[in-house]
Amino acid sequence: MASYTIPHAPGFVANDAPRIVTERFDHPDSYTLERYLATGGYEGLRAALERTPEEVHGEVRSATLLGRGGAGFPAGVKWGFCPPGVWPRYLVVNGDESEPGTYKDRLLMELDPHQLIEGCLIACYAVGLSQCFLYIRGEMAVAQERVAQALNEAYEAGWVGRNICGTDFSVDIVLHWGAGAYVVGEETALIESLEGNRGMPRLKPPYFPAAIGLYGQPTIVNNVETLANLPWILRHGAEAFTAIGTPTSPGTRMVAVSGHVRRPGVYEITNGTTTFRDLIYGDDYCGGMHPGRELKAFVPGGGSAPWFTPAQLDLPFEASEVGPQGSMLGSGAVMVMDDTTDIPAAALTLTKFYAHESCGKCVPCREGATWLERVLRRVCDGTGTPRDLDVLFEVGASICPGDFPHAAVPERGLEPKPFPYQMTTICFVGPSAFAPVHSAMTLFPEEFEARVAPNAHLDAGPSDSPAPNSISEVAIRV
Amino acid sequence: MSFFTEENRSLAREIIGRYPKRRSAMIPLLHVAQAQAGWVSEEAMVEIAELVDTTPAEVLGTCSFYEMFKRAPVGTYLVNICATMSCALAGAAELMEHAEERLGVRAGGTTPDGLFTLASAECQAACTEAPCLQVNYRYRYRVDADGFDQLVDDLAAGALDDEIPPHGVTARVRQHIPAGRAVGAVPPEAVTEPPVWISAAVGNGAGSA
Repeated sequence: MASYTIPHAPGFVANDAPRIVTERFDHPDSYTLERYLATGGYEGLRAALERTPEEVHGEVRSATLLGRGGAGFPAGVKWGFCPPGVWPRYLVVNGDESEPGTYKDRLLMELDPHQLIEGCLIACYAVGLSQCFLYIRGEMAVAQERVAQALNEAYEAGWVGRNICGTDFSVDIVLHWGAGAYVVGEETALIESLEGNRGMPRLKPPYFPAAIGLYGQPTIVNNVETLANLPWILRHGAEAFTAIGTPTSPGTRMVAVSGHVRRPGVYEITNGTTTFRDLIYGDDYCGGMHPGRELKAFVPGGGSAPWFTPAQLDLPFEASEVGPQGSMLGSGAVMVMDDTTDIPAAALTLTKFYAHESCGKCVPCREGATWLERVLRRVCDGTGTPRDLDVLFEVGASICPGDFPHAAVPERGLEPKPFPYQMTTICFVGPSAFAPVHSAMTLFPEEFEARVAPNAHLDAGPSDSPAPNSISEVAIRV
Repeated sequence: MSFFTEENRSLAREIIGRYPKRRSAMIPLLHVAQAQAGWVSEEAMVEIAELVDTTPAEVLGTCSFYEMFKRAPVGTYLVNICATMSCALAGAAELMEHAEERLGVRAGGTTPDGLFTLASAECQAACTEAPCLQVNYRYRYRVDADGFDQLVDDLAAGALDDEIPPHGVTARVRQHIPAGRAVGAVPPEAVTEPPVWISAAVGNGAGSA
């Protein structure tokens, strides 16, 4: 008989920090309309409908709600990029969460789908978006079911569709799911995919689909977590929202911390003030490293982000502080490596990911990411040469010319190189393939030099007891 | 001669009707085809091309871009073991090694009885619960060797049939828009005016959308 129980909120850890988007997660029926309505559900929409679209847009603009998908662009400002007088306008919800380490939109869709639906409705009302397409990652079957169920309930109850709440506000929300392609998380690739095409990013400019998007029309593409904040903002007001966090990064954000910590989890943290040290070592958060282990490095913002070391632990979740120190906050994913980690192999797991997910449209990424993976793999195998280390940087420079961002290394007197980088590709997949290689080689050059030393392949032979957390195996085999 | 069952044909028409342009239904229809047969055949692609008013080559072009669409039969249970960083840090390689041994196939292979296809997958968004895997896109968290063996036994015995549908079916609950509630999709070129709630607000002198 099957004995496995599926957790209600896998990985989610509640603490005393303010909760905006996860406030219903503790209820076992958090995803039902009944629970939603009993806990303030659709009150934000009601509040919005009592005001003009312009006023609702103004409220969101003054909340300084930063996009939670990775770029961190203020949602209210993005909404304002729709060219006046061009109709129809569409809303596309980016629920194609697949950045390595990122794990929050799935929980928001599985555990509180009505909150997302309400957020979509508020956005459509404010900006005059006449149809909404909710694009969920193909591999997230449970999220698709929960959102489908919630939409069916919401349509029946009159919250979605024609004449919502008896007003002249009418909008359809169409559930759509993908079929497995990381690059589709890039907003123009998402639109291509939604048009039934291969999910390849579009050439820029225009930089924002708000100008030219789905079917060539003005289109707002917002991340799931961004939209999930809207009901709370409309219910409690922008002032209450900006009272949490810092003026430049208000509110909360969801962060998944994974890897070598005692209590990996998805946490809703206070934006701008919570530091990486709080998150990794705090008792309310991950509770530090496993006994006897030390922190070696961490990825602060998803697989695409340049790495940090313990020297950057006291930085807060604030883009204006993390950027100058050489990385980015990205999509709210921290991956932690302790002192047993095989750094070149760890970098390979990420580079391999981006090489696999390259869509093939831009040559520097298609060829570059593939060669980064191949060369790094032979370095990890112990069959590389010292020249390979130069090749890795040369290939990287063909994707990202100039200095690539990196963290400070105080013991070597290395100053940080601020974010961002230059790129020869349309989207960030190519640079993301280089980021882990560059970080690992800049922060831990000795581990690479040892791998390419003469006869290193003999040392890399099989051992009787693999080191705990050793990941060299996976790097070689997959 | 038709690929889709009558039921799926009407489902396909319902799906197409939700989009301002038919072609947008291509990926959803490929999913319907895969749910029906477990994989996507040429026959299915030809029929989808007719339904969304394009060529079979265009459908193949889209279909072949996406990892989830299988253009050859796979096992009833597709076991995707995550190999990206967080899972790798937690022993995904050891799990894959065990899985290969238990199932007797290498990653990418299908067991002779056609029950299991084993695959190495990229990040599945369960990074805190590593190492994780998906069986037909249903999660199993923090999987160790014993847990994997139990899972394989349960699947083979049919003990998980209620939770895990055969390969091809993703969401078992589908969206259904009640006719009386639907706003309806219109081709973008047929719309030139702002939606009523915007023009009403502008008419009241309240805003400038």
